[in-house]
Amino acid sequence: MSLKILKYVFFDLMRSRFVLTYIGILAFISFGVSYFSNDEMKTVLTLLNIVLFIIPLVSLIFGSIHFYDSGEFTEFLLTQPVSRSSVFRAEYLGLSLALSLAVVAGLLPAVIIDRLSVGNVYLLGISVILTFVFTGLAYLASSMNIEKVRGIGLSIVIWLFMAVIFDIIVILLIYLFRDYPLEKFIIILTSLNPIDLGRILLLLKTDVSALMGFTGASFKNFFGSSIGMLLSIAALFLWVLIPYLLAIRIFRRKNF
Amino acid sequence: MNLISANRISLIVILFLNLIHTSSAKEIRVCNDCQPSTLSQAIAMSEDGDMIILQSGYYKEHDIVVDKQVSIIGEGNPVIDVGLKGNGISIIKPNVLVKGLTIKNIDVNYLSELSGIKIDYAENCVIEDNILDLTFFGIYISGSKNCKVRGNTITGVAKTESSSGNGIHLWKCSEIQVDNNRISGHRDGIYLEFVSSSSISENYSTQNLRYGLHFMFSDGNNYTSNTFDKNGAGVAVMYSKNIVMKGNTFQNNWGDASYGILLKELYDGVMENNVFFKNTIGIYLEGSNRIEMINNDFIENGWAMNILGNSEDNKIIGNNFVNNTFDISSNSSRNYNLYSGNYWDKYKGYDINRDGVGDVPYRPVSLFSLVLEKSPESIVMLRSIIVDLLDAMEKIVPSIIPETLIDEQPRITKSEHDKHKQPS
Repeated sequence: MSLKILKYVFFDLMRSRFVLTYIGILAFISFGVSYFSNDEMKTVLTLLNIVLFIIPLVSLIFGSIHFYDSGEFTEFLLTQPVSRSSVFRAEYLGLSLALSLAVVAGLLPAVIIDRLSVGNVYLLGISVILTFVFTGLAYLASSMNIEKVRGIGLSIVIWLFMAVIFDIIVILLIYLFRDYPLEKFIIILTSLNPIDLGRILLLLKTDVSALMGFTGASFKNFFGSSIGMLLSIAALFLWVLIPYLLAIRIFRRKNF
Repeated sequence: MNLISANRISLIVILFLNLIHTSSAKEIRVCNDCQPSTLSQAIAMSEDGDMIILQSGYYKEHDIVVDKQVSIIGEGNPVIDVGLKGNGISIIKPNVLVKGLTIKNIDVNYLSELSGIKIDYAENCVIEDNILDLTFFGIYISGSKNCKVRGNTITGVAKTESSSGNGIHLWKCSEIQVDNNRISGHRDGIYLEFVSSSSISENYSTQNLRYGLHFMFSDGNNYTSNTFDKNGAGVAVMYSKNIVMKGNTFQNNWGDASYGILLKELYDGVMENNVFFKNTIGIYLEGSNRIEMINNDFIENGWAMNILGNSEDNKIIGNNFVNNTFDISSNSSRNYNLYSGNYWDKYKGYDINRDGVGDVPYRPVSLFSLVLEKSPESIVMLRSIIVDLLDAMEKIVPSIIPETLIDEQPRITKSEHDKHKQPS
């Protein structure tokens, strides 16, 4: 049953004007960037900036809007003999998969022009994981609030925090405590933000990593080693899992 | 200056006389199955002014001491295989010419500087068109004057810095010309210590373990049109005065501790028309004063220039800064250097009277690079959205960046410098 709902949600979204526009815009950007740049690493870095900005924003806001817009449909489904968690799972997966597919399709021109490289694969992987993370957060924010405006507001606040405020805090902390050995602390701090985690993972795969110099060596040793890599990917998966589990918990007890 | 040119003329006269002399003197031909069959034998039977022609073949010889004023010329690329037993040729007399030889297999030695061609206290030598292969030191010249090292190809297989020597090593020399050599696989490509009035030009130094070019205590030398490519740590030059560097290319020195060029305690130099392409740090300036950096191109470097606070009175004029992650970075909150008339691709100003000079001054230090200088760990925030935001904010309301670190006359368009090799 869950699979049936998932299919319906997924195909419904893939036909929606929003997702098509999303694909179009991403494809336009990635085509433009890779067409006009002659260095594939540079393309990846430019796209990274765009991806880190747009994907969390779109996933959060469109996620919330979609949650509220399909509220009636959800209520209708819940009158049927299906469990709440399977309805939630189907809706969450349907939306995340649709947005992920949109992102992959949108970045496809860059992959075609620059061919498949380590940078490209990382970019795609990070984009997909971030989509899952922030769709989960959007569902968490929305299921916590019955009112649409408050839900979307919370999503915007989450985005603002993750994309901007968190980094300001990190820079401030690094600056204030610059006399202390900070490497481990920074590694832990950055794993608290999926956007930073994605950014650092990809940066270390490009030649920009040379700019990190001696101080960056410890980060490189950590994130570059297989254990560090596994840990940071595990951290990203936790970022997918925890909001999802919290949201499903709230959803199960929610009054409609 | 007069002294030098007088010297030059006397040198030419000497060489000329030499030529006349040799044409009347003996010509000794050496080949594998004739007498003499080795270069050492030939030198033993020669006299000053003779010409020794080494014919094509394979000579297993080592520690050949040239103690006569002879010309040694290879015909049809003869190979001298030192077989890891010592030096190749060592020259201890003036007016010696070595041309067209291949010398190979010099062993690593921690006690003496074993080299392909070694010149000790000999004047007016010419080392030309030789191939030195698998060498510890390639060409080692000490205490000599007025030598020419031209068109040699020197290749090594350096593995670690401690177990390798330099491609061309000059120690306590003057008036040496090093032209058109190609050096790779050594510790330092070209190394100069206590060398003066010399010129290093059109060499190509690549893939050396440490530096492409390295000099110390060497005043008044010219470096022109050389290319230093993919060396371990780029180029480092220290403790010298009156250096002129023109038309050189410093490229692809990309790594944690790499520089296009590192200048330490360098005074009164000129750096003109050089290209810095894809280096982690284009120019690193430490304790260097009164250097004029004019019409250079800085392209796609991590940092175009890192100028420490102890560098003063340098002039940075008419350079192009294109696609560098950071243009200028400094650890000081004050500025004692002059920036003027450069082109900065990050410049967002306007030019109403269309005289090619922007009407708003440009501040080449970004806030983030300043933060980075104070707390290097913040590099993890590189390419984060917030970094761009902070920089934009500081551009609008400058409050932290050194007030005087400013280009009052930034150019609107890239300046076209006289001759520019397209970096490849």
